[in-house]
Amino acid sequence: MPSQFVALQHRCAYLQAFPVAFRPTPFCCRSSLNNELHGTLPTLRPASPFEQAMTTYTLKQAADLLASGKTSAVELASDYLARIESLNPVLNTFITVDREKTLEMAKQADARRAQGQAGVLTGVPVAHKDIFCAEGWRTTCGSKILDNFVSPYDAGVISRCKDAGLVTLGRTNMDEFAMGSSNENSAYGVVKNPWDQTAVPGGSSGGSAAVVAARLAPAATATDTGGSIRQPAAFCGVTGLKPTYGIVSRYGMVAYASSLDQGGPIAQTAEDCALMLNVMAGHDPRDSTSLERAGEDYTGALAQSLKGLRIGMPKEYFGEGLSADVQAAIEAALAEYRKLGAEIVEISLPRTQLAIPAYYVIAPAEASSNLSRFDGVRYGHRAADYQKHINEKTSALEALYEQSRAEGFGTEVKRRILTGAYVLSHGYYDAYYLKAQKVRRLLSEDFQSGFSQCDVIAAPAAPTVAWNLGEKGDDPVAMYLADIYTLGVNLAGLPGIAHPVGFGAQGRPVGLQLIGNYFSESRLLNAAHQFQQVTDWHTRQPGL
Amino acid sequence: MQLSSDDIRRIARLARIAIDEQETVAMQQQLNGIFGVIEQLQSVNTDGVEPMSHAQDVALRLREDKVTESNQREALQAVAPAVEAGLYLVPKVIE
Repeated sequence: MPSQFVALQHRCAYLQAFPVAFRPTPFCCRSSLNNELHGTLPTLRPASPFEQAMTTYTLKQAADLLASGKTSAVELASDYLARIESLNPVLNTFITVDREKTLEMAKQADARRAQGQAGVLTGVPVAHKDIFCAEGWRTTCGSKILDNFVSPYDAGVISRCKDAGLVTLGRTNMDEFAMGSSNENSAYGVVKNPWDQTAVPGGSSGGSAAVVAARLAPAATATDTGGSIRQPAAFCGVTGLKPTYGIVSRYGMVAYASSLDQGGPIAQTAEDCALMLNVMAGHDPRDSTSLERAGEDYTGALAQSLKGLRIGMPKEYFGEGLSADVQAAIEAALAEYRKLGAEIVEISLPRTQLAIPAYYVIAPAEASSNLSRFDGVRYGHRAADYQKHINEKTSALEALYEQSRAEGFGTEVKRRILTGAYVLSHGYYDAYYLKAQKVRRLLSEDFQSGFSQCDVIAAPAAPTVAWNLGEKGDDPVAMYLADIYTLGVNLAGLPGIAHPVGFGAQGRPVGLQLIGNYFSESRLLNAAHQFQQVTDWHTRQPGL
Repeated sequence: MQLSSDDIRRIARLARIAIDEQETVAMQQQLNGIFGVIEQLQSVNTDGVEPMSHAQDVALRLREDKVTESNQREALQAVAPAVEAGLYLVPKVIE
């Protein structure tokens, strides 16, 4: 008998002998700040003037300094790590930091530069959202179910960042499986908004946005399924770009809702976002929805004049539900755009309100399917005592699945999986899932008719500034309704950028969202960059 | 439309997530809130509208039928809860 059969026959006995089973030691989390430094650095240490200076660099400035030989990748990384060590215990922006790995990457980047092989961003340190699998790095996706998961491979985005010589500073905190608008759904604790530690940073890329705002990294990767780049960027006073669906590889990016998920950058400036997108974007045959397009230099159009740019203001976005402070900051920003030569035209996106129900059918449906892979068998958490739950209705294997998933997933993830399972279940598919896909088409057509009257669409990123931690508590609907201005972009697959335009209630940042037609990233980056040439909101940083 | 507690138990079973009575009650209340929002979809006339499953209308790519991945069984199984002799271990399924 082949030895494989022996193993199969004995597996039950084997499991009983080792109830906890094999767990690979998560070697990188051993040095994580969460584990090691929370207790040792409880108070906020003011950064030295030197650190302050180093870590306030934009991505472009850091790249220029490296190119001129005024600093090294190791020096830059060490400086950021020092700042992270002092501030992360307060802000909780990183789930995993691994000083040795970071410094090793920095050394390699310096060696590459010494050999004359450096690219534009070689040696620049960045943070990665903990959703991108990175070989040898613990990749939790904000979930307990992946607490012990050390990725055996690199995501497409990570490979591209490595090829460019970017140095990884750590893995940023996020809502579990990118499901959330406040970062309160992370299994690794809430992230504090660097501008006001009683406020949420937004979500799901709250860690990435907060890291950039707190100057713990010059830029960070992030993902956006329903606003998860643009809304936290707005809440944290930084710039974030959600590209056209299909431009950035989803390979190795833990899937939430596959037809909506898209990676993108968060940074201080539009120019930095363009530099990051140059690295992140590109065809990847391992992602079946990755688009085959000629390479584009996203910095190429930054300097263009905005004269004659038609900015559409959808009347549905500026009516009821938008708070006065956000509206005022946005109107002031649009006045600035007018001074730059843009023209403001009123447009209508009549079915805006339907983005919420359509999204909260489609995204959970796709999530329920995607997250079925977490079964306690191939990777991730396996319940230790599932055997207690075996009964006449539940086989041992079912008990293993049900208990592993019950223990591993948080409440919001369970809500979305159950919502998705329901809308896809027999007898309901047409009424919900198919209906939502038809409404998705209508929403997408509304955008196209909008773009017949304008080049880009201006919108708030969120109806209010960042709300208080705990404010929306256990009310999922209240949280969902706050996504009104971002969901449509994902449903249509369009690009959108959020950039800081001032401050609202309680001194919390306000972001303006610009939405473009397909593949208009360069146009959006150009507009935001021109705005940032004549304003200084993007240079403001929280006092930490 | 209102989901009953039986509906919640049924879909939790479909989704292979164990939930206790307390969670069932909370989930029922929250999902009914969510479906209250979702119900808005029913008021939209979508006759003749083509469902949109993806942003771009592109056909799936075909590739040559050849091996492109190397064998990484050990690396991939290193993250599994339980393996033996190259196999993933699960509780006994067939008596």
